Amino acid sequence: MSTIQVDKTIDARGMACPGPLMNLIGAIRQGQVGQVFEVLSSDEGSKTDIPAWVAKAKHELVEFVQDSGYAHFIVRKAR
Amino acid sequence: MEEQERPLSLVLFSGTDDKLTAASVLAVGAAAMGRPVNIFLQYYALDAFRAGRLHEDHKLSPEATGEQAPIVRAHPGQHWSDLLHQAKDVGEVDIQACALSMDMFHLKREDLDGLVDGIEGVAAFIASAAEGQVVFI
Repeated sequence: MSTIQVDKTIDARGMACPGPLMNLIGAIRQGQVGQVFEVLSSDEGSKTDIPAWVAKAKHELVEFVQDSGYAHFIVRKAR
Repeated sequence: MEEQERPLSLVLFSGTDDKLTAASVLAVGAAAMGRPVNIFLQYYALDAFRAGRLHEDHKLSPEATGEQAPIVRAHPGQHWSDLLHQAKDVGEVDIQACALSMDMFHLKREDLDGLVDGIEGVAAFIASAAEGQVVFI
C-alpha cells in the first residue's frame, strides 16, 4: 500500500452488506472536506457498492487494495 | 446527487423477517444512492410494524427450506428495522401504511411503530411512485 495519510479507519470486517458502506457514509458525513477514510471490509458487496456510492456522491476513491480475506478502500471526502 | 432521481417504490405485503430484510436492504441501498424511497405497508407487512412488535420473530417465507432456515436465522446481518432507520438517516424515505390494511386489521395510527410516517390510500402511493419503478415484495 502507498503512504497516504488516513484520518479515520473504519474496521467493518465481519459486517454484512450494506453495513460497511453505511459506516463509510456515516463517517464521511461527519468528516471534513479533504479528510481521508479507510474502510476494511470482508463483504463482497463492498467491492461494487463503495466505488458506486463514492462516484455517485462525488467523493474520490483513492485506492483499493485486496488483502487476504478483506479489502481496503481509501476514500477522500471531496465536498 | 443534486439532480432529482426517480423514486423507488416498494409495496411490502409479506411480513416475514427474510422478506422484510431483503426489502430493507433495497431501501437502504436506494436511499444511499440518492433515490427517494416510498414504502407502502400492506397485509402481513403492516402487522410487523405494530408498535413494540418489530423485534418479535416474524418467521421466514414458506420457500425457506428446513436446511436454509437455520442459515438465514444465524446470519449476522442487521435487523430490518435498523436498516430502515439507516435508510431514513441517509436519504429520503417515506413509509406509509395502506389504509385498507389498517381498516382490515382494525389498526389506528398509535398502534404502529414510529418508523411509519402516516396512513395513505393506494392512489396517493401510486402518485408518489410517479415515473419510478414499483416493486411488490
